[in-house]
Amino acid sequence: MSTLTPTAVRARHTAIRISGSAIGDRLYDWAITFFALCVPLLLGLIAIEISVAGWPAFHRFGLSFLTSSAWDPVHGQFGAAPAIYGTLVSSAIALCIATPLAIGVALFLSEFAPPWLRQPVAFLVDLLAAIPSVVYGLWGICVLIPILRVVVMPFLRDTLHLGVTPFFSGPAYGTSMLAAGLILAVMVLPYISSVSREVLMAVPRSQREATLALGATKWESIWGAVLPFAKSGIIGGVILGLGRALGETMAVTMLIGNRPEISASLFAPGYTMASLIANEFSEASGDLHLSALMAVGFTLFVITLVVNAVARWLVMRVSRIGGQT
Amino acid sequence: MSTTAVPWSAVRGDARLRRRHIVNVTMVGLIALAAVVATLPLIFIFIHLVDRGGSAVRWHFFTHMPAPVGETGGGMANAIVGTLILMALASTFGLPIGIGAGLYLAERRGERFATLVRFLSDVLNGLPSIVMGIFAWQFLVRPVGHFSALAGGIALGAMMIPMVARTTEEIVRTVPVSLREAALALGYARWRTSLTIVLRTASAGIVTGALVAIARIAGETAPLLFTAFGNQFWSTSLAQPIAALPLQIFTYAVSPYDDWHAQAWAGSLVLIALVLVISLIARIAVRRRFSAAGD
Repeated sequence: MSTLTPTAVRARHTAIRISGSAIGDRLYDWAITFFALCVPLLLGLIAIEISVAGWPAFHRFGLSFLTSSAWDPVHGQFGAAPAIYGTLVSSAIALCIATPLAIGVALFLSEFAPPWLRQPVAFLVDLLAAIPSVVYGLWGICVLIPILRVVVMPFLRDTLHLGVTPFFSGPAYGTSMLAAGLILAVMVLPYISSVSREVLMAVPRSQREATLALGATKWESIWGAVLPFAKSGIIGGVILGLGRALGETMAVTMLIGNRPEISASLFAPGYTMASLIANEFSEASGDLHLSALMAVGFTLFVITLVVNAVARWLVMRVSRIGGQT
Repeated sequence: MSTTAVPWSAVRGDARLRRRHIVNVTMVGLIALAAVVATLPLIFIFIHLVDRGGSAVRWHFFTHMPAPVGETGGGMANAIVGTLILMALASTFGLPIGIGAGLYLAERRGERFATLVRFLSDVLNGLPSIVMGIFAWQFLVRPVGHFSALAGGIALGAMMIPMVARTTEEIVRTVPVSLREAALALGYARWRTSLTIVLRTASAGIVTGALVAIARIAGETAPLLFTAFGNQFWSTSLAQPIAALPLQIFTYAVSPYDDWHAQAWAGSLVLIALVLVISLIARIAVRRRFSAAGD
């Protein structure tokens, strides 16, 4: 694939013939190459700047920076485990809620919705992605948290007696891992559903028709033919959503309660890596504290980098297969 | 359109068929339910926005400065102007690089470096905004020693680059090769063809992509926390901390005062209106382009 397109070859010949334009062409090539170079340069610069700034903390605490749960700025002890734990748990809650909903919406739009309904529903769900994070946070503080504190949490704990398990025990403050997970679920829903919708639309009609012709019900056709075909693309979408959830900052900072402790209860406040940085950065008590926050940032950077790379690879693979059939 | 392939009359006698039918109806019902549930959060958020924000948005909200605690009223004039300044800064920095990189991606499609840049743009697009924030602080604020509007604008602009690059690439790729060839055949130099023919044909789509990117960064808060920082006073200096709507909403939202919560809702309503107006213009630009292509 690395050969020039016929147009480009022809263009080069033209450029050589008309000597006056050769300089212009060269300038143009340099310019766009420079702009394209900006992307890897920027990414490299981010990696270098943050890792250099976080180096003192990594150097001081070694691997225990990632495994220790002591985050104590006053005594100069920094372990990022509570923040890493909080990031993973809140994202997991978000994906558990958002994935079935998003696939449901995508299936509804690709398999069932009449054309006049398809556009408005897709628009409404996509619009969720346009709402700024800080507005989600405000909505969470003023609407979601009171509902959780007064209705949902007591209901889960006392009425359903889930309080006997460690996951739903303890006092109901409202600000909690559960609140952060719920708001994240709403926020990643549009990302998962739009990727899933695209992938489902790319499933060839013949797949559906073949199963229906064999006498399958609509659901059996979806379950047996459509979903398996779209599977890795949907997984890619889910992982893309995971990437969003891991790095989401403002809404989570406003709802999670910001306490560096690991607790099994989803009712307890916690921290995520992003909310830890947002909450403590401007009041960092010293160079080591600042460096530890940078190190947390670098860890988050690496994790989202890997997650996004995997997601892109999966989605790209499916669209390539879909394009061939 | 029937949702089942097996009619109910044929099912009645057979237990297995009936079970299949029940599973089918249940699952189809659940899918429809998912579609309803997924649209609910948006509706709830909008109801609350209009209900609580609408009552606080008055004319003086746009013309007055923030009021101190305890005084009702006050506005966000400085934050609104600050956000506009930051958006302009981000566009100045992000758009040329993004569009240039997009042109490169479209023209060198298939080359190894282009594939790498495309992949890295996607990766950069997924970078958490707080990471961009601490990077901008380390790179632009720390050496200078103070927060500035410029640092905030550059942080936002850097976030625009990958979005703009990818949309520009997609649009430029849809420009018919015949157009390019016609220009080249007429003796146009390659660079002139690209800039005056291709870019111009794709301009509506590129404008749309740019607007979508601007709409997305307009509401970003995390990259501004440690760069633009916010400002309770009137300031339009690029070298000084500057107020921004999302920052002001954040400050008010986490405060314990009801007055400030009302202001935060009003600010959110204004911010969302801003984002929606930009997105709407983008949509109209797309529609016009497609209807023009259909003629």
